[in-house]
Amino acid sequence: MSDATPPTPSARSGVIHDIGYRHYDGPRLGRGHIARALFVESALGAYGIGRSARSKIVPMLLFAVVCVPAFILVVVAAITNADELPGEYTSYVLNVQVLVAIYVAGQAPANVSRDLRFRVMPLYFSRPLERVDYVLAKYAALSAAVFVFVAVPLTIMFLGALLVELPIGEQAPDYLRSLGSGLLVALVLAGIGLVIAAVTPRRGLGVAAIITVLLVLAGVQGVVQGIATEENEETLAAYSGLFSPFTLVDGVQSSVLGADSALPAEPPGTVGAIVFLIVTLLLVVACVGALLLRYRKVSI
Amino acid sequence: MNSTVATLTARSLLGHRRALLLLALPAVFLVLAVISRWLAGEDSGNTVVLLGGFALGTLVPLLGLIAGTGAIGPEIDDGSVVYLLSKPLGRHTIVRTKLAVAVGVVVTFAVLPTLVAGLILSGGSDRLAVGFAVAALVAGIAYCALFLALAVMTRHAVVVGLLYALIWETLVGNFVPGAQALSVQQWALALTEKIVGSSRSAELSITPAVGLGAAVPLLLVVVVGFTWYAGRRLRSLRIAGDE
Repeated sequence: MSDATPPTPSARSGVIHDIGYRHYDGPRLGRGHIARALFVESALGAYGIGRSARSKIVPMLLFAVVCVPAFILVVVAAITNADELPGEYTSYVLNVQVLVAIYVAGQAPANVSRDLRFRVMPLYFSRPLERVDYVLAKYAALSAAVFVFVAVPLTIMFLGALLVELPIGEQAPDYLRSLGSGLLVALVLAGIGLVIAAVTPRRGLGVAAIITVLLVLAGVQGVVQGIATEENEETLAAYSGLFSPFTLVDGVQSSVLGADSALPAEPPGTVGAIVFLIVTLLLVVACVGALLLRYRKVSI
Repeated sequence: MNSTVATLTARSLLGHRRALLLLALPAVFLVLAVISRWLAGEDSGNTVVLLGGFALGTLVPLLGLIAGTGAIGPEIDDGSVVYLLSKPLGRHTIVRTKLAVAVGVVVTFAVLPTLVAGLILSGGSDRLAVGFAVAALVAGIAYCALFLALAVMTRHAVVVGLLYALIWETLVGNFVPGAQALSVQQWALALTEKIVGSSRSAELSITPAVGLGAAVPLLLVVVVGFTWYAGRRLRSLRIAGDE
């Protein structure tokens, strides 16, 4: 076709082939609306809503499994007439961290890798959507999905505790603290997951890479903290929490938000609190930065 | 066995700097072993925690998953497996070759590091290093065969494999002891117990859920059975896109 005569310049630029259909000349929604639509679609997609039935199985199953312990805690409290729940709000996420890690590993690649693998990024960027919008919408969507994943079981515990008539004054502070740290966990995990998923678009590889990173970090943290606690190396034991995202956020929760830590050692004093908080925030910023860098190079 | 298929599989698993990324896992593990030795000295208890929990519990299943599904999964996914299947090679030969390469990867990146870490942590005492290295080898072969067959069966092999290795073996196994009877990790641990000796094993809390008499046949059934089934499934593979 290259040797065909050049098309006659038309008055309306950007029209490739006009075969006389009626044009759309209603209002066009801008960047903000596209970003919002992308956010909603991605956040629902992280639970398989709007995707095939087979894509719903794993996220829905994991979501059900992560809620089961919360139900059990409430039922036990109701049967035994206890004056407190048999488990803490603030250590719940740490106890179900494997489930959260698998959820993130499964959904982060579903969120970004498919767009890269099937080379549909040009379709996004041929709209008014900017690369920043795409990255932030996807990041916000996965963070929201992970937050719901950890916040719903905590809310089940809280509502259950109120139903069995435990005093709200004792329940609410820890519940709110756990929601705060749940938000941090969601931001940190979604960031790590998306960065890895965006650089490994091959099917399966992204899932394996994310779970490997999260589990190995958690394993290293557990071993180092265990040995350091045994050998009374208190500083090392306290700062070993920095190795794994889950214990990092637990450190912020215990030192900044003032919860009781489930770990053998927590960040020492004000310095420890500041270090844990800064590392958490830096991690989130670094993940957004890495994603922006990655998507700046996506070819159109 | 076919050397061309082996070369291609090895290249797809280790090429493009992937070998360096895989090398990070054993490197972290060995650093951990050195830190533990430096802080706690020669300690059989720590050795069991590191080799049993980290090497056999995390490193070997994850590498088995990456190598087992990675040996054939991407080819099936992008459809290029038809070029391989249309060659005059038996389907069982293809599966056996790919399994051999996957096992080679697991030996290099998980079994040998386990042996070295065991020697760093406890020297030759209690034969812990050898015991866990043998367990890692056997478990590695079983995981590779299992996950390779899974990759032929479903396109969601990695997620399904993760659910088995993490949820079934670890979480469910902790609450429902019967689930551990169907766990590659526990079968392999039975070999460690045999090598270390049963009385010393009990002291170090190496307590496999099954005896050696059950573990060896089960391991053989898994390796031979899943390898055969993967070859069988390759005979009528459907190349179809989903999602």
